[in-house]
Amino acid sequence: MSSLYDEVAPNPGADTPVRRVTIEVNGEKRTVDVEPRLLLVHLLRQGLALTGTHSGCDTSNCGACTVLFDGSPLKSCTMFAVQADGHKVETVEGMGTASGLHPVQEGFKEEHGLQCGFCTPGMMLASKALLERNPNPTEDEVRWALSGNLCRCTGYQNIVKSVLWAAEKMRNDQPQEA
Amino acid sequence: MSLDEIKIGGMGASRRRVEDNRFIRGKGKYVDDVVLPGMLHMEILRSTVAHARIKSIDTSAAWEVPGVRLVLTGEMMAARNLAWMPTLSYDTQAVLATDKVRFQGQEVAAVIADDPYVAKDACAKIVVEYEQLPAIVNPTQAQDPSMPIIRDDKENQPTNKIFEWEIGDKERTDQAFADADVVSTIDLHYPRSHPSPMENCGSIADYDRATGKLTVYMTSQAPHIVRAAVAMVAEIPEHQIRIISPDLGGGFGNKVPIYPGYVISILASILTERPVKWIEDNTGNLISTGFGRDVYLQGQVAMRKDGKILGMRMHTISDHGAFYADAQPTKFKIGLMHSTFACYDIPAAHLTSVGYYTNKAPGGVAYRCSFRVTEAMFFQERMIHAAANDLGMDQAEFRRINLVKDDMFPYRTAFGFLTDSGQYDKCMQVGMEAIGYDTFKQEQEEARKRGKLLGLGISTMTEPLGAGNSREYDIIGIKMFDSAELRIHMTGKAILRTGAKTQGQGHETTWAQIVAHELGIPADDIVVEEGDTDTAPFGMGTYASRSTPVAGAAVAMVARKIRAKARKIAAHLLEVSEEDIEWELGRFYVRGNQERGVTIQDCALAAYSNIPDGMEPGLENNAYYDPPNLTWPFAAYFCKVEVDAETGVWDVLKFVAVDDCGVRINPMIVEGQVMGGLTEAYAMANMQYITFDEEGNCIGSNYMDYLLPTAWETPGFELHEVVTPCPHHPIGAKGIGECATVAGPAAFVNAVMNAIEHTGVRNVDMPLMPNRVFEALQTGKDVSGMPPVKVG
Repeated sequence: MSSLYDEVAPNPGADTPVRRVTIEVNGEKRTVDVEPRLLLVHLLRQGLALTGTHSGCDTSNCGACTVLFDGSPLKSCTMFAVQADGHKVETVEGMGTASGLHPVQEGFKEEHGLQCGFCTPGMMLASKALLERNPNPTEDEVRWALSGNLCRCTGYQNIVKSVLWAAEKMRNDQPQEA
Repeated sequence: MSLDEIKIGGMGASRRRVEDNRFIRGKGKYVDDVVLPGMLHMEILRSTVAHARIKSIDTSAAWEVPGVRLVLTGEMMAARNLAWMPTLSYDTQAVLATDKVRFQGQEVAAVIADDPYVAKDACAKIVVEYEQLPAIVNPTQAQDPSMPIIRDDKENQPTNKIFEWEIGDKERTDQAFADADVVSTIDLHYPRSHPSPMENCGSIADYDRATGKLTVYMTSQAPHIVRAAVAMVAEIPEHQIRIISPDLGGGFGNKVPIYPGYVISILASILTERPVKWIEDNTGNLISTGFGRDVYLQGQVAMRKDGKILGMRMHTISDHGAFYADAQPTKFKIGLMHSTFACYDIPAAHLTSVGYYTNKAPGGVAYRCSFRVTEAMFFQERMIHAAANDLGMDQAEFRRINLVKDDMFPYRTAFGFLTDSGQYDKCMQVGMEAIGYDTFKQEQEEARKRGKLLGLGISTMTEPLGAGNSREYDIIGIKMFDSAELRIHMTGKAILRTGAKTQGQGHETTWAQIVAHELGIPADDIVVEEGDTDTAPFGMGTYASRSTPVAGAAVAMVARKIRAKARKIAAHLLEVSEEDIEWELGRFYVRGNQERGVTIQDCALAAYSNIPDGMEPGLENNAYYDPPNLTWPFAAYFCKVEVDAETGVWDVLKFVAVDDCGVRINPMIVEGQVMGGLTEAYAMANMQYITFDEEGNCIGSNYMDYLLPTAWETPGFELHEVVTPCPHHPIGAKGIGECATVAGPAAFVNAVMNAIEHTGVRNVDMPLMPNRVFEALQTGKDVSGMPPVKVG
């Protein structure tokens, strides 16, 4: 959001208020000036070019814009960017590392948990949050945890299998207690 | 030694999808992810009323908003001859309204600004004065002579009727009814539904005055059709139009039509000389883009006492909204509705159809179905269910008596289709065993004694997938076939392009598997590209489950052309005549000496380095595939439900789906398609429902009012397969994407009806919401889904 120079509009909005906020996005502190009405999803997508977070319904129903907010799933179309000041936001771009994928990402590919891919980032983040608080969920617990995220392609059955696949992998990857 | 086809990712491999590598990292590229330098943003102002004359539009305050670059109205479009555009059904549709608005949500004005928020602000400042007219919200009102003519813009349109159409043999059918022992009747409404892909529609138009080139990124399932249409509407020569359909967040038929927003963004880019992005919001998508269904289905079957069906007749009344804008083959006004009863051996059939304009959003698109086949098969299976009951015959037995037998293929249906192959009775047997059919009646009786209502529903169907053959199928005159282009690089790697357009079906994965099957090149060595009209060969796009039947066949055919040339190269390399060359997967060898051979990769290298005298260098080709017939998959679905008598809520206890889609390229992807389709079928049976109040206000303009199933309520599905190869498709495959959406709804509805019909109820219209089921249980009477009608 910063550049060597900013064009000053010839007819600037006279009293557009701007607020400076600092948000930790995928582990990196980002400081930006935003209009108070800017939605968090739009800051992420347009301001920070993190287009993996999708905007689907604008009404907090579909969950395509789900991010993790201080570790909990949050629909980023339902929050203003200024409300995220001082908080941590994780998007799909922060899930894996340069060298590897998060087990949830692997699970979605392995169990065919996606088709068009539009709901997938939100689904995976909601799944990750579930597995962090419940490493061994039942099928019903997975379905309930994902009930805020809509998918039109898969019928959910393979999404559930993907999450259970990831849960098992994460449990197996835990160092065994002596 | 031959290659292991599964190991190289060939046919039959549940190969993990290549497209997933970007989607799971959030690196998909959907239209809204594309950012062009200097890009402006467009917002559309929509009509707040369903039917009104526009008295005035005042845009002056919108122009004053800082950051606004352009405000467009219908008058400005009309000055450029762009206020109206042709639809894919030989009708016209308003781009921006000039005279009247004809549905709530119709496009009235557009603002182009530096920022999407600013464009929205400015839209709110446009003042439109309407003079309201009575709204027509169903075909009954459309026929009322006291109601206004919606399309008074058209000459020769004295009523609200769009078309009348009939097919079949009326005389023979009448005779069948005269000869019948029993006649059974049913009267249904298949309600208006919306495909609701997760991604809404959008476009980025980028007109370059210096080169005269128009590039449009667009949410389109059929980019080549769009290119042709833009060439007609915008008078830009076709070679200067490039339509790019990037990753699509689902389509389901919603992204086949050409929407006003696309056209407005194109003109806006021409006028501003800047790229213009339009991203529709979800309400805009739900209230203005192609809906599905909204058809009244009435019919009868004539039967002998022993269960043999002698004939069927059907009448459909369809509600198309304000513009007849859904794509369908020109010859068939109500799509392939006449594919109804295609899986049954019926001597006589007759169909009459009539379509009406109403003050509702245009559409009647094939929502995850092959041109109205969903309605045809829902009618068929609800009719069969009622007929079996009227005869007092078991549901499965009645179907098995009348289903086309294995030795009758190819079978000519009473409406003239030629179904290609199938093992219908085997599918029935597999399904009946899996659901526990033989013990169900006892289970149902015992449950009823304990006050529990159990029901079992069956739905069986074959449907016509893969339009089309060019003799019969065209859209606005463009014949329906498809294409593939394959280039083998010198190191044996390849790029394949087709005229289809994936939107979640996984073409990037499965097309490579077909090439691997034909050439033995590992699927991982083949990249697949679609959706860019400057690079992809001409094709009609992806909808109507036509990709595998048509484009998939073209992929096999182009690979065979490549193999034929490689064979000549192999003969040259092995210094034998071509007749002495044998093929095994990935390799040519000398007959009688299997050790002596060359791989397809050796041939690829030679095509660029060691060409036989007189041969054209290189190893690439293309194929246009015009299918000899449609493909006819079969589905047999069995659903077991429990209905709560106190609330009308019903739960699916078990769902068994037996699908025969011929040879499966990638079983994992086929199963994914079936589960997704079943979920949409469940949604339509249970909750998905776009309706209107008597003033034409859309009830269901967001996901709080228009209900889509979540992971919580969606049942699990048990899938089974039967494989009858398609006899006329090069790899024996049939379409599958839509089978479950088409055959599914009747299975759910028949199951619920089976649980409650002891009360005397014959029909409850979809969606079977608890209040409707409860009402039926209380009254023992049918519950109609007919929307509210204002009399007079």
